[in-house]
Amino acid sequence: MTDLVIIGGGPAGMSAALAAYDRGVRDILILERDDSLGGILKQCIHNGFGLHTFHEELTGPEYAWKYEKQIHEKQIAYKLNTMVLDITPDKVITATNETEGIFTIQAKAIILAMGCRERPRGALHIPGTRPSGIYSAGTAQRFVNLEGYMPGKDVVILGSGDIGLIMARRMTLEGAKVHAVCELMPYSGGLARNIEQCLNDFDIPLKLSHTVVEIHGKKRLEGVTIAEVDPKGEPIETTKEYIPCDTLLLSVGLIPENELTKQAGIQIDPVTGGARVNQDRQTSVPGIFACGNVLHVHDLVDFVSKEAEIAGIAAAAYLNGVPETKTEISIKTDGKIRYTVPEVITEKKDITVYFRVSGVYRNATVCVTSGKNVLLTKKKQKVSPGEMESVIIKKEMLEQIDELMFQLEVQS
Amino acid sequence: MKRELTCIVCPVGCSLIADLENGKVVSVSGNSCQRGRDYAQTECVAPMRSVTTTMRCCGGEILPVKTDRPIPKNQVMDCMKIINQRVAHLPIAVGDVIIENVFGANIVATKNMGGLGNE
Amino acid sequence: MYDVAVIGAGVVGAMTARELAKYHLRICILERENDVSMGASRANSGIVHAGFDAKPGSLKAKLNVQGAAMMEQVARELGVSYKNNGSLVIGYGDEDKQTLHELLKRGQANGVPKLTLLEGEELRRREPNLSSEVTCALYAPTAGIICPYTLTLAAVGNAMDNGAELKTNFEVHKIISHDGYYEIVSGTETVLAKVVINAAGAYADTVAAMAGEPFFTVKPRRGEYILLDKECGNTVSHTIFKTPTKMGKGILVSPTVDGNLLLGPTSVDMEDKENTQTTKDGLKKVLAEAENMVSGINVRQSIRSFCGLRAVGSTGDFIITSKRRGLIHAGGIESPGLSASPAIAAYIVGLLKEQGYELTVNPQFNPNRPAMHRFKEASRTEKNRMIRENPSYGKIVCRCESVTEGEILEAIRMNPKPGDLDGVKRRTRAQMGRCQGGFCTPYIMKLLAKELQLPYEQIAKSGGESWLLSGTTKEGN
Repeated sequence: MTDLVIIGGGPAGMSAALAAYDRGVRDILILERDDSLGGILKQCIHNGFGLHTFHEELTGPEYAWKYEKQIHEKQIAYKLNTMVLDITPDKVITATNETEGIFTIQAKAIILAMGCRERPRGALHIPGTRPSGIYSAGTAQRFVNLEGYMPGKDVVILGSGDIGLIMARRMTLEGAKVHAVCELMPYSGGLARNIEQCLNDFDIPLKLSHTVVEIHGKKRLEGVTIAEVDPKGEPIETTKEYIPCDTLLLSVGLIPENELTKQAGIQIDPVTGGARVNQDRQTSVPGIFACGNVLHVHDLVDFVSKEAEIAGIAAAAYLNGVPETKTEISIKTDGKIRYTVPEVITEKKDITVYFRVSGVYRNATVCVTSGKNVLLTKKKQKVSPGEMESVIIKKEMLEQIDELMFQLEVQS
Repeated sequence: MKRELTCIVCPVGCSLIADLENGKVVSVSGNSCQRGRDYAQTECVAPMRSVTTTMRCCGGEILPVKTDRPIPKNQVMDCMKIINQRVAHLPIAVGDVIIENVFGANIVATKNMGGLGNE
Repeated sequence: MYDVAVIGAGVVGAMTARELAKYHLRICILERENDVSMGASRANSGIVHAGFDAKPGSLKAKLNVQGAAMMEQVARELGVSYKNNGSLVIGYGDEDKQTLHELLKRGQANGVPKLTLLEGEELRRREPNLSSEVTCALYAPTAGIICPYTLTLAAVGNAMDNGAELKTNFEVHKIISHDGYYEIVSGTETVLAKVVINAAGAYADTVAAMAGEPFFTVKPRRGEYILLDKECGNTVSHTIFKTPTKMGKGILVSPTVDGNLLLGPTSVDMEDKENTQTTKDGLKKVLAEAENMVSGINVRQSIRSFCGLRAVGSTGDFIITSKRRGLIHAGGIESPGLSASPAIAAYIVGLLKEQGYELTVNPQFNPNRPAMHRFKEASRTEKNRMIRENPSYGKIVCRCESVTEGEILEAIRMNPKPGDLDGVKRRTRAQMGRCQGGFCTPYIMKLLAKELQLPYEQIAKSGGESWLLSGTTKEGN
């Protein structure tokens, strides 16, 4: 029997472990599938991490080390190269590694922190051939930053998520020519600063409302045809343009990795792709918590760490037998606001609710209502899908209501 | 003359407008903090960038490194050349200076390697 | 001098080589690609058809029914998963019902057992997710599903384990007939053999012409497919076909033997034998038709689209014949070629015997291929035994399909050995899951490089010019 088992030793898992430790939990075990702690941060060698958490600008490995160091200092146990195969609703974890074979652990509480994966080409149905030279941006990042190899020299990037933008700069610094970054939407999914410092600094064109419509090359990629798309997302024939290239990087979205979550019978939010959680990041199965990119895809690792702290503290409280409250206030959204985390509130206290919007809106007002009562409004100069927003719901607002509605009012 | 900029200091990415007179920034708007103002000042006069990259180690390992402060933007590719020609010797800890004074910055390791704690 | 050279390592060549390996013969399989099963046998529906489609009396009809009956045993011997899931040809209204009735009669004439027409409640109970407009179906309980390239790989492997040789990257350029033997010439190498079996798939006509017998042609017919995540694998349990029309069989919706859901294929005749590009219209059509047949298909769960070519012969039937002693053609092996393949192999060996070749049975022939370890499917006790004996079975490399390092090493060392990344994929399913190799590609490349003793950056995706890395970093400036 182990008090707290954390699945995943990336930024979420480490932060959750430390938060639980600080609340007195000592019997903690982190299970990590890779050969070291740190998760995806190990290959994110660029800076921009830690401004919220540490008030300094750190690279991915530096940010990870700040946490890993504490894991060592506090002697929190972890197993590397260990893959979790199954979790039951009774919190029995089955895992495997080379030294112990298949083993099971009965946990009192579990924190899910498995992160996310990249959407592959197959999900996009780009017509054409299936040559080598098409990589998800994260795979290319691993080749370049961890292994020291170049996936190619002439590059087109599809999707302007942050990993795609970061890789545009990284490949350029290593001598590749990045011909264009195509983005299907009329706006970028990445941070404005990354468009500036990763594309504009190197004169890499960002082609908004553009997509790759055909892939060419029998064995190795030889080129792509790109085209502008109309407002319905359909390619416009007359705008087709052939770009010779040997590499296509895809940065077309991240998907929370919730196969284990589903096995455990945990309720999933179809919009986030992650578990449906309450303010403590507790899932529909009491004692199982989720945090980080396995719950919903975050824009900044600082927010991952913060969310993991909430889960770690809550897991500690659960282990200490803090009684469950019986409130259930569900949060609904209007579509312009795509989702909120948490999706449900079960305790009346001050709660930060995070959310993402479905499009770029200017001069928008976030409006939280319950029935006819407006509980809160917050004006935003600009909101966009790439950035996570938040509002604080005060304890008082939660009295005598059973539902919250999150809306975005936009002036036409 | 007015110049539009996107601040790169933090993830907020404020849209800035810098007012220039005779090549000097006389006022900045759109920023939400002092660092944004400072950024606009330098960006219009002598833009600076931090560089993050990797370096080869004696045993073929790949070490992530960075400049410990921004260097002139137009020297970034020259900085890459210098780093790419050098080889780092292990063991190395986070923060160790690997190359001194490259366009005003030190190249420092951002990961432990070949020693304690990490691989 | 070989006794037999089999040209083409598709399912027909593979099964034939294995059948021949049952006799005392020196056998050589010649394949132009970097791996076996690279043509029509790589990208098709993976269906073992019951046998009601082909015209009674045709070779297709006869060999389909025979082959389907043999498949379960062949699969068991070769350690290949086979599932007898049954098929349903669905109809919408009375006109279709009439056609299904004719199909039933044709099936009975072909000797297909247990065919029945289903309607209403009974049909829904059998397959609840059929679209609400479906009114009737022809049920064929003997139909099954199998992975076509796994079967081909295993058959080649088993033939090799029994002494056959495989030459990859051997593209036949010339065939010279001598007295009692043939000289088969590629760009760099010459092979001599007493008997030549032409199983060159889409190029069977070209190979026949090289040997001076241009009496048939093969035209490629494109088929595009969409593969969905395993979460959708239970959408249907049977293979669902539409009632055939003059335009052909239409697309199918089927679980695969590995648990995914497969939609497709389109059917477009063309000239280019290399064009396996997917098209926007083709993929759209596959989805639209599939949604019309089965409800609850979730497009967002698709993980891959691909296109295969069927080798359509000029006679409408399989062309399995010999005009000269020692030269046997197996051309135009389109659907149901996979289902018929064990019977085709036996038929070809029969032709050889008819030509007076004395085949002596090899008593040492072992029909069983050593079973590959499958971590995912093993019981807990078996898993622990595997890991105890070899710790690399405890290390999961492909997360999505739970493939271990041990299995990958095993596949790299087993006949026929893979030479590239896709070869490992087809043998182990690593990179075939929902992330499509996003995480495990670099790791598998390392294992391949080590085992094949090649530099890391020389590992290719699929032979030839399909390089994966252009060089190291730090060389750019």
